[in-house]
Amino acid sequence: MSNSSDRSRPPISSAGLAGLLAWIGLLVALSWWMAQQAYRWLPVQASTAAPLVDGLFSFETGIGTFVFGGVVSVMAWVLIKHRAEKYDESDAEPIEGNTRLEVIWTVIPLLLVMAIAVYAMRVNTKLGVLGPMEHIHLANPVEDQGGYAADRLPAEQVEVIARQWSWEFSYPSVNVSTTELHLPVDQPVSFRLVSDDVIHGFYIPAFRLKQDVIPGRAINFNLTPTRQGRYRLRDSQFSGTWFAANQADVVVESPEAYQAWLKNAASQPLQPGLSDAVIEYGERKQLKNPGWATVPPAPPPQVNVPGSNSLPHDA
Amino acid sequence: MTSATFPPSPPENTSWSRYFGFNTDAKVIGIQYIVTAFFFFLIGGLLAMIIRGELITPPADLVDRTVYNGIYTMHGTIMLFLFIFPVLNGLNNLLIPTMIGAPDMAFPRLNAVAFWLVPIFGALLIGSFFVPGGPAYSGWWSYPPVSTQNPLGHFINGQGLWITAVALSGVSSIMGAINFVTTILRMRAPGMGFFRMPVYCWTALAAQSLQLIGLPALTGGAVMLLMDLSFGTSFYQPEGGGDPVLYQHFFWFYSHPAVYVIILPVFGIFSELFPVYSRKPLFGYVYVCLASFIIVALGLVVWVHHMFPSGVAQWMRNFFMFSTMLIAVPTGVKVFAWLGTIWRGKLRLTTPMLFCLGGLFNFVFAGITGIMLATVPVDIHVSNTYFVVGHFHYVIYGAAVMGIFAAIYHWFPKFIGRMPYEGLGKLHFLLTFIGANLNFLPMHPLGLMGMPRRVSSYDPEFAFWNVLASLGAFLLGVSIIPFLLNMVSAWVRGPKAPHNPWNAIGLEWLLPSPPPEDNFGEHVPTVISRPYGYGTGEPLVEHQAEIENQLTLEEARA
Repeated sequence: MSNSSDRSRPPISSAGLAGLLAWIGLLVALSWWMAQQAYRWLPVQASTAAPLVDGLFSFETGIGTFVFGGVVSVMAWVLIKHRAEKYDESDAEPIEGNTRLEVIWTVIPLLLVMAIAVYAMRVNTKLGVLGPMEHIHLANPVEDQGGYAADRLPAEQVEVIARQWSWEFSYPSVNVSTTELHLPVDQPVSFRLVSDDVIHGFYIPAFRLKQDVIPGRAINFNLTPTRQGRYRLRDSQFSGTWFAANQADVVVESPEAYQAWLKNAASQPLQPGLSDAVIEYGERKQLKNPGWATVPPAPPPQVNVPGSNSLPHDA
Repeated sequence: MTSATFPPSPPENTSWSRYFGFNTDAKVIGIQYIVTAFFFFLIGGLLAMIIRGELITPPADLVDRTVYNGIYTMHGTIMLFLFIFPVLNGLNNLLIPTMIGAPDMAFPRLNAVAFWLVPIFGALLIGSFFVPGGPAYSGWWSYPPVSTQNPLGHFINGQGLWITAVALSGVSSIMGAINFVTTILRMRAPGMGFFRMPVYCWTALAAQSLQLIGLPALTGGAVMLLMDLSFGTSFYQPEGGGDPVLYQHFFWFYSHPAVYVIILPVFGIFSELFPVYSRKPLFGYVYVCLASFIIVALGLVVWVHHMFPSGVAQWMRNFFMFSTMLIAVPTGVKVFAWLGTIWRGKLRLTTPMLFCLGGLFNFVFAGITGIMLATVPVDIHVSNTYFVVGHFHYVIYGAAVMGIFAAIYHWFPKFIGRMPYEGLGKLHFLLTFIGANLNFLPMHPLGLMGMPRRVSSYDPEFAFWNVLASLGAFLLGVSIIPFLLNMVSAWVRGPKAPHNPWNAIGLEWLLPSPPPEDNFGEHVPTVISRPYGYGTGEPLVEHQAEIENQLTLEEARA
């Protein structure tokens, strides 16, 4: 590697150095501000996972702003200061490289990304949302390792059945099923995710959690909601025609309200639950030219409480 | 070789008709590839306009949901398999032989076969719009079981045609890769050791090695998918004991490296162009070359980062997070090398340089969001949302396509023999840069708010950013007009190009514009120094002054 004779470069003037330091200070301030802003780009924090994820994202936004700002500053500086004069066809000073710089800009990014990765790994360990991945007939709750270390084992396991295109939630201990998920606030809950047909994604943005629901497997998945409200549960893994309409609401309420809801639900007769796809499929059949072929939607699940998926939601 | 004189060029077929036949000249094939790719680019872009038209309002009101799903699937498939790979193969065909002083590719007929497969599987894909049941609708990933559902039950269906086309695309790419790798390894000019080879050839070698390693996995996975779809096997069907996640491993084992296949040559283009338009050598040439192969090695062990929410084990999540983060280091080395190249240079803001600078700007932004996506906890939240869509469109359109435009403007005079128009080029750049950022930046907040990708309708809270993105998309649609206008008019009646309009250093600039059919023929110059000797005053090849004078004389005569 040929080192350029960077002795030929005039040392930076004191005014230049002051300007450079001031600019770096400005970039640091901007990065810090962006890191604070990052929280505002995300939905409300409604689970124990959310603050951890948001903290990591904010940290990355800060670092990223600084790196991006630095690179763009260099590009802007070059564009302002080092443009060739019109009709100047001459070459610039042939600097071929600088081994010391190469080492610096290999080692510093390496340390930086490793630091981010270690931070993310610790968040990951804290989240530890994933239970054992077992096939359906082997599901073994003894091996349950989900939830947080600090959490006690959830009392209730809610079964989530994903279909083309509806979500069914059942509470086996009280024999209640619904198409609107109700959860008590501040209590760990365990889900058993199963799919009837294709891969779906169990995704609640306000909880910052997502898990693919894979046919042929039962996946244990734990979380703890921390904020009362109404949130969207969205299908996040493309599942066919009505993928976009495959959304349900999650209602997080006080333990008392939750118990009252369960008690009321248990007394209701079974009725068809929510399935926007079924409604749209029916309307579509009336059309002369309905588009291309589609898998017909599964009939709406029979539930005690259909609930709603069209009320205003918090996130 | 003691004296360098150009042989009288043999009479060549220079008529338009040669582009429509089975021609074995790499330069003809390169142009065939590029023109074909842009034909499909227009179709893919039209589909994108429909997608953004649908998404400008929350309900699914423009096209039926089935149609939307088919369209977004075909947009992705066409843009990748029929635009970006062919256009890069076209650039490889034009640049590799001329840059290393080879008369042609190692296997000219194989080269032509590889090209002619493109219109064939392109016709298959476009034709799938017209089969009963419409085209494939399961996304360009084509995950089973959605992709094996086949609602109509016909044996000939869009999904089956899709798989056949993708497998053929794989065959074509493997043919191309064998050719490019062999050509670079075996056909370099005398004196051109690996560390005298232009970086574009390094990155092409790296990218094509990835093709050779990864494509068999994808092709095998696709064949199994076709068996599941059409012949009732159960490789991926859970009810038959198959595992749908297995497909995801096969798919991403190739399709993640595929993005490096796309971006590495673009790194090569940046490395070629920044020195020319800054009048300085490439900063840290050797490190840039080696970084390409570090990216290859790492690029092969990151595929699971596409599957973090698929229920992979915790150790896998952590391992693949680390490996993905590591890629930032060699990539950073390249970015810093380009900054070092333009630093204290003498910048000439021609159209190719503008596209390079804009592409670098977008690429750095995409790199930042890439690091965010690499970290598992953030990825769990934003995977399969518009954040990812924004990220990869920044990479693919913001960086790769802009790099390709830069390359086209830069080498157009060499291979067509006429100069493109600067004014139209700068307009094209401006519209593209603004359009791309307006289109893809709003996708990031959408993803953070939790809007899943591939939706045909969405909740009203996402409307604002979607309107912005759609406006940006329509601007991008408009941006292609000055480009087409420029290319067509320059090709037909642009000013004649000299052999080295940009005053660039490289073997391809020591050939007439356009080069004769066998490039240097018997008179391949001997390379005596490193590439990018801007400002060093060292000649690149023996007898350089004589060759240049000869070319100038011939131009004066013409």
